[in-house]
Amino acid sequence: MIDAPSVGLLSLFLASILTSNVLLANFLGTCSFISISKDFKSSMGLGVAVTLVIGITAAVCWAVLYFIIKPLGIEYLSFIIFIIVIAGVVQMLEMIIDRFSPALYMALGIFLPLITVNCAVLGVILFMQIRKYNFPQAVVFGFGSGAGWWLAIMLLASIRKKLDSNNAIPAGLKGTGITLITIGFMAMAFVGFSGMIAVQ
Amino acid sequence: MSDVGKTSVPAKISPAGKVMRDGLWYNNPIFVQVLGICSTLAVTNNLRNTLIMVLGVSFATSMGSLTLSALRELIPRKVRMIVQVLVLSFYVIIIDIVLRAYQPAISKQLGPYVGLIITNCILMGRAEAFAASNPPGLAFLDGLANGLGYGWVLLVIAVIREFLGFGSLFGFKLVGDWFTPWTIMVMAPSAFFLVAIALWIANNYKAKVAAAAKPAVSTGAGASAGQGGKQ
Repeated sequence: MIDAPSVGLLSLFLASILTSNVLLANFLGTCSFISISKDFKSSMGLGVAVTLVIGITAAVCWAVLYFIIKPLGIEYLSFIIFIIVIAGVVQMLEMIIDRFSPALYMALGIFLPLITVNCAVLGVILFMQIRKYNFPQAVVFGFGSGAGWWLAIMLLASIRKKLDSNNAIPAGLKGTGITLITIGFMAMAFVGFSGMIAVQ
Repeated sequence: MSDVGKTSVPAKISPAGKVMRDGLWYNNPIFVQVLGICSTLAVTNNLRNTLIMVLGVSFATSMGSLTLSALRELIPRKVRMIVQVLVLSFYVIIIDIVLRAYQPAISKQLGPYVGLIITNCILMGRAEAFAASNPPGLAFLDGLANGLGYGWVLLVIAVIREFLGFGSLFGFKLVGDWFTPWTIMVMAPSAFFLVAIALWIANNYKAKVAAAAKPAVSTGAGASAGQGGKQ
């Protein structure tokens, strides 16, 4: 795992995309990953939305954690507070995008509310809390993890496009089964990155 | 997903029995609904951690369903989601605190994954699909059955991963020094492969059962229809 404060920002960013990819190494956000990756365009939309939401919530939750939760000594409430912050950020993002870019809102519309219960968002925030990142690290880690998730879903969506036209897949393995195996191979490929950045 | 509520129940099975059977097999969260694999797959390379997570998820799902079902008349529809999340996180906080007090080492190993039970889709899924329209007793059973139905699959996966990855079960070494551990089993990819294989076996078995019982289709068709809808 990335060991907190001594990590440089660039290597943290690359590590969160490649070596400890939030989805392929930590299994976060698998549910929506499997159901949405059927469609290339939706994957794009969801990827953008997840990246934005994780980046912003990581920053906001960092501030909430160190300016509200810690001073008041209410760490035991942190799960509830984080969830509320995530829901709030998602709601606000939805309103802002709606106001300034209706086209983007139409594209992202259905995906934004779904993100509240995407484990990747809460997972990244809990990792940030456990590893005691400072503010810039938290933001970089947030956007990096989001970008990693985005990259993974785009890769899978492209592979699934090809898979759909393949009739050689056994009936029992069609759909979710073959998708899981594909994700497994992608995870194996990403394991290959692990020697590249030495932030173990 | 909500076929529990609407399929016709065969006369000989009580609603409670049907709920249990659906959760454990016919509507199994992993095989049929493909839900909630996010947070718990990460801990399946170790049987003890998996057991703790499974118990945690079962506790949170059953108690969450019980509470939400008891409150279902009182929750305004507009704020339903947020109330569900808050109730569920309340139970997850209990799990986290208990674990930290009695099993600090395990709590440290599980890291963020205990907190991630909150966003496990099974919890919200059951709250929304079952607890919102059924009485508390049944909702509790439904939550329990789904938690356990999810749990036994993960435990099977954990047994395979820990045995092949470390040559041990529950941390006890079972084989001699001649055994070469399969490093891949400890790492992330194997979890995806094993879930896929489990799903494959379950689908094939179901197809066989459905083919054998073509005339009396009531339950088999329900299960495979759910499957088809998911794909």
